[in-house]
Amino acid sequence: MNIDKDLVAAMATPLVLAILLEGKSYGYAILKRVRELSDGELEWTDGMLYPLLHRLDRLGYVSTEWGASPEGRRRKYYEITNAGRAQLAEQRRQWDTATRTLGGLWGLTAQAGAGA
Amino acid sequence: MSTDNETQIAQWRTAVLRGRTVDAADADELESHLREQIAELEASGLAADEAFLIAVKRLGQVDALTAEFAREHSDRLWKQLALTSAPDAPRSPFLVMLGFAALAAVLFGVARWAAGLDDYTDGSWFFRDASLFVLPVLAAYFAVVRRMPMARALALLAVVVVLAVAVTLFPFESTPATGAIVAIHLPVVLWFVVGVAYVGGEVRASGRRMDFVRFTGEWAIYYALIALGGGVLMGLTSLILTPIAPDAVGDVILWIVPSGAAAAVVVAAWLVEAKKSIIENLAPVLTVIFTPLFAVMLLVSAVAYTVAGIGREFDRDLLTGFDVLLLVVVGLVVYGISARDSARAVRLMDALRLVAVVAAVLLDLLVLVSMLARVGEYGFTPNRVAALGLNILLLVNLAVTAWLIGRALAGRPASRVERWQTEYLPVLAGWALLMVVALPPLFAFQ
Repeated sequence: MNIDKDLVAAMATPLVLAILLEGKSYGYAILKRVRELSDGELEWTDGMLYPLLHRLDRLGYVSTEWGASPEGRRRKYYEITNAGRAQLAEQRRQWDTATRTLGGLWGLTAQAGAGA
Repeated sequence: MSTDNETQIAQWRTAVLRGRTVDAADADELESHLREQIAELEASGLAADEAFLIAVKRLGQVDALTAEFAREHSDRLWKQLALTSAPDAPRSPFLVMLGFAALAAVLFGVARWAAGLDDYTDGSWFFRDASLFVLPVLAAYFAVVRRMPMARALALLAVVVVLAVAVTLFPFESTPATGAIVAIHLPVVLWFVVGVAYVGGEVRASGRRMDFVRFTGEWAIYYALIALGGGVLMGLTSLILTPIAPDAVGDVILWIVPSGAAAAVVVAAWLVEAKKSIIENLAPVLTVIFTPLFAVMLLVSAVAYTVAGIGREFDRDLLTGFDVLLLVVVGLVVYGISARDSARAVRLMDALRLVAVVAAVLLDLLVLVSMLARVGEYGFTPNRVAALGLNILLLVNLAVTAWLIGRALAGRPASRVERWQTEYLPVLAGWALLMVVALPPLFAFQ
């Protein structure tokens, strides 16, 4: 299944923030986690993650720090900030509403949605 | 990893860096991603070259990637020369520039001739309106080069015409104070008109406004350099030709210098656009040098004034001086942040900036209180209104700036300072406009 490009773009911010909520991480690991979570169904051009991460940094949702990989390469780590947590909570509310609305129409997850 | 891969990775890295929207640190980040991907693919059994190809493909087309970086880091585009070689490049900008520079020179010369040669006194309409013969030409140059839509260009033209009619029809008395204020503020208003043309009408975009602020700083530097060169040229000309034609030289120079100065306005603007990477961000470099020095100076002054108190002998000139000081501080802040490498937190510079801004605010508050008392005693004059109004505007700007820098030092995003400054531009434009069209009638054109 190919998920629509706009939908992927809309999901990107909450997805990355939610992954960072699990703990400090770096670009490649974040992408691996995305693939894992979506069973490879979320097609994402890897490179596009970085401008997104930089935007989140500029907006203050994540903080960055250079560290080193086990092989000694420079590696940039991203960590979610309090502003990022707040933003994620807000996005989550919006997504809940969106899925509840659609779910109500499609009768798929109406019960689960109402309970959330 | 094979040496073959190393070469390929190096080539790929060069390609990514070429557009200059990806900086070295970003390239490191992308490269480490690429390497990790290659290593994982190799571990799953792929050959080195296959692993490289797939990893690069997953990372995305270099063009698309750099374009995406450009969108996030539009400030880096500023350093790009590519503007003129873009596919929708403006029509042969050099010739267009020459044409407009000549137009500015001729207009200015003719206006000067119409005003009478030696009419440089305060009351002369030419002194008041001089900028009307130069800056609209610069705005027109940008409108042409940027291919501004006709409707927007006409709207800008209408603004200029209204301004021109207003200042021409105002029945100024001889040597009016309001006339001098118009002479100072009209170029500012027209510079904002240039700004609208510069950003191609995208006045709402904060990034574009910042570009214009950068442009202003670089333009001033280029203009000063051209003026220096012109000064040397004129000095040598008179030195060498005076023995042959002692009378003619003075007259010729008197004609050439003003028109040359008018043309240089357009030439400097073109240079900023065309040679962005030659003097790359010189204004920010200057601010790095002068921010600490001004911080010390302001701190010492603030302490001195607090201890000694402000005497009664306090006049408009001093307030005007403080206006200039606050303008300089705003400039230091704006150009300092305009080029800050947002990837790296420059905490020391931010701290110095904060010291300078806070000291300036305190100092200005002292002056303002004393000035207000004085106005209460003697009433308002045009000069006091102009000086006081500007002072309050700048004070508000700096107070909020100090607050935002403080927050940035506490770890909040520093881009707020930049946005605040660009959002404040319309306020300054509005004030200058008020000074031009509203102040003279208010004070009966005295």
